[in-house]
Amino acid sequence: MTDIEPQETVDARGAACPGPLMDLIGAIRSAESGDVVRLLSDNDQSLTDVPEWAEEAGNELLAVEERDDHNAFYVEKA
Amino acid sequence: MTERVVIVGGGTGGTVLANDLADRLEPELDAGDVEVTLINDDPDHVYKPIWLYVPFGQREPADGRRALDELVDDAVDLRIDRVTEIDTDSRRLRFDGGGPSMAYDHLVLATGSTLEPDRVPGLAAGGHDYYSESGATALREELLSFTEGELVLSVVGTPHMCPAAPLEFVFMADDWFRERGLREDVDITYTYPIQRVHGNPHIAEWARPIMEERDINVETFFNAESVDPDAETVTSMEGTELDYGLLVTIPPHGGVDLIEAAGLGDDGWVDVDKHTLEAEAAENVYALGDTADTGVPNAGSVAHYQAGVVGRRLASEVRGRPATATYDGKTLCFVETGTDAASFVEFDYETPPSPAPPSEKLHWSKLAYNESYWLTARGLL
Repeated sequence: MTDIEPQETVDARGAACPGPLMDLIGAIRSAESGDVVRLLSDNDQSLTDVPEWAEEAGNELLAVEERDDHNAFYVEKA
Repeated sequence: MTERVVIVGGGTGGTVLANDLADRLEPELDAGDVEVTLINDDPDHVYKPIWLYVPFGQREPADGRRALDELVDDAVDLRIDRVTEIDTDSRRLRFDGGGPSMAYDHLVLATGSTLEPDRVPGLAAGGHDYYSESGATALREELLSFTEGELVLSVVGTPHMCPAAPLEFVFMADDWFRERGLREDVDITYTYPIQRVHGNPHIAEWARPIMEERDINVETFFNAESVDPDAETVTSMEGTELDYGLLVTIPPHGGVDLIEAAGLGDDGWVDVDKHTLEAEAAENVYALGDTADTGVPNAGSVAHYQAGVVGRRLASEVRGRPATATYDGKTLCFVETGTDAASFVEFDYETPPSPAPPSEKLHWSKLAYNESYWLTARGLL
């Protein structure tokens, strides 16, 4: 478990690809610089989509938490 | 006692459902045991796929409009009004301008998508669209005077209506400029928010080589953050800046506010069971089409098939039987690949799409369906 405190959590569990990534992008769009958004996704594609996009956009993927039936991605807006 | 079914939204989903129920529940409607009411804030029904053809001078916006009272069965009560509040506890709807509220026993929300260009600074002033009548008409004028430079088609947000339409637009624009002998003077660039050219990987894999063949530039991972109409540039969240001579966008979409206010879901989309289409946060409420957050494309075919499912479920409920009909994710789309060829895809929750080889026959099938759509709206096809 991470002790990162996100400013916002986006629960995209159950959403088909590319829903989780688009939900994350939407949350980052409206976030302030330095804010951390936590994305909850049970779609395996997120494991590649999210790191790729975070790098492309210059945002930092702080942590990926593996949970029982989904993953939690912590992304800090640059 | 009369049971009242109320449908909010007279687009494809709501209209097909109203006519489906008029047919399916004819004995109960005749006996006065059931009432079906369709509420829409516009007296016209609008067939939005026509708008793709308007910028290229192939159709007129009026071709996509017909009066709802000509399409909807006389057994359905049609009310032209705007719902401003849904109270799922007392099962009542309230209306614009006040007046008495309306009670329902079964509610179906088919309120569809709205465009929200203001979510991106400069987009409304700098961008054109073909996702509205006024946008498509204005874009037609712009295209007629655009003879050289950079045409940028940018998908700003998803989900959006008709996920195939951005690809269709650049394929049609490519042909249209070639036919007019202008293609060498016009660069076409297509941008998409994720790392491929379409949300569905199978369709993306199919479309990308066609774009390369047609010399359509591609920018992926491009989420427009701002548009500068004076400098004619669009800048992405990822830090890429593109110059444009003509910017065509798929603006961000949202649902209507009253859904979030009713606690039925975020951003105007109703959280539903993706098989039964029942709202998760309230009883006796269904959603269909764009309004239902199922993860399938926001497409007329989806609304059409879902309307059949909801119609069967409501008929079962009215007759006191368990509802067994379920939606399997069925989606069907013709995809224009130019001005004289099209592909076709069909898929569901379990089966991925496999786009058909583009052909003139499929193009004519798409145009023929656009004419026969009015039979769909009437519940006949």
